[in-house]
Amino acid sequence: MPDAQETLAIAFELNSAPIEATVEPQTPLIDLLRERFGLTGTKRSCDVQVCGACTVLLDGAPVSSCTVPAFEARGRVVLTVEGFAADEGSSPLIEAFVNNAAFQCGFCTPGMLLAAKSLLDADPSPSEEAIKDYMRGNVCRCTGYKKIVEAVHEAAEASR
Amino acid sequence: MRPFRLHEPTTVQEAASALADAGGGAALYAGGTELLLAMKSGLLAYDTLINVKSISGLDAIAADGNSIVIGASATHSAVEHDPLVRDRLPLLSEVEHGVANLRVRNVGTLAGNLCFAEPHSDPATLLLVYEAELDVAGPSGSRRIAVGDLQTGSYETSLGPDELLTAVRVPAFQAGVRAAYSKFGYHHRPTLGIAAALAVEDGVVADARLALGCVSPVARRLSRSEDVLRGERIDALTEGASALREVSRLASEDADAVEDMHGGVDYKEHLVRVFMERTLLRALAKNGGGDA
Repeated sequence: MPDAQETLAIAFELNSAPIEATVEPQTPLIDLLRERFGLTGTKRSCDVQVCGACTVLLDGAPVSSCTVPAFEARGRVVLTVEGFAADEGSSPLIEAFVNNAAFQCGFCTPGMLLAAKSLLDADPSPSEEAIKDYMRGNVCRCTGYKKIVEAVHEAAEASR
Repeated sequence: MRPFRLHEPTTVQEAASALADAGGGAALYAGGTELLLAMKSGLLAYDTLINVKSISGLDAIAADGNSIVIGASATHSAVEHDPLVRDRLPLLSEVEHGVANLRVRNVGTLAGNLCFAEPHSDPATLLLVYEAELDVAGPSGSRRIAVGDLQTGSYETSLGPDELLTAVRVPAFQAGVRAAYSKFGYHHRPTLGIAAALAVEDGVVADARLALGCVSPVARRLSRSEDVLRGERIDALTEGASALREVSRLASEDADAVEDMHGGVDYKEHLVRVFMERTLLRALAKNGGGDA
């Protein structure tokens, strides 16, 4: 049995590019993304997995990067809002958020977009109920949720 | 967060040995959704975390006779969406969908939720009415305990310092059981959870299982309330029926509610009375259509 590790060499896919990094076990994924790779689109807010501002997709599933350790990315696929924005397939969601003014300060928006992408990947035609259910773990403190729900709905329609 | 080392055993025995060797300086790590928050805030500190996800096969979900066996590293989302769980334990799937938020469910595990023994937990309450059992492994072998024998207090369990929970075994309800789960609260975690499973034969409650959680340090079965329900005709159990009032009154008496950030004792006892009746009415309304 190998001894307990104080550092780990990990390899994973970050925004479609292969990445290698050495991390300490206690380093949260958000620190690796923001401080090592300069991907500051991922926002730290509540730091306790409640608000969703730090949402990234790990193998396509939303996780809170404020708390998930960086080593959990080993051998997996990480998508941040920067990788999302660089993908042509993301334009319907981005345009729908702009068209519907689905943000004010924008701090929650990276997490909202990634949660919405994950929803539409799993269910391309979600009902309003399904959108609210899926997105309820992402908190916005300025604009309210109506325009966000409408934007996700519009993006689903536009992608059809 | 204070630095820690990561230990990645490949077998349950290695994990148990590592726990024993660490003499309290190590903790098991699965999803980390509760453990890492406590470590970030400085409430807990460990030199080593032992990653149970490195043990292959521990995330399996499989049928064993009438039970579904859920491995210790299966996440809430994996349990919620598993075809076997949806088919045979639909109420568990429904309750798992309501745990925390999507991101926590994608990472946190059912077994970890039970072992962390946070009092405000939905699964700990629900699994009491399923009469789930737990497989516990240590250096000298394994044992099986009732789910109700795991938690002994807030954040406390009966597990030995070198033992780990390896699987949660959940028997499906028998045909004709009507079951429902209610949760209530304004915080991130539930303030109250009530689970009810009623076996109905010829229009009569043949057996009743009721569990109450979150309002006290440990979730519990409500045997006095269950006794009142047994033998009752279900067509008499309508809103405001005296038997339902009696069940709810006994439930609030037996709650042993404690004051915490979710509210005072009187408030919680009131919630118990209101939600016990509602939960029973919801269960009865299911009309034998399975458990969800």
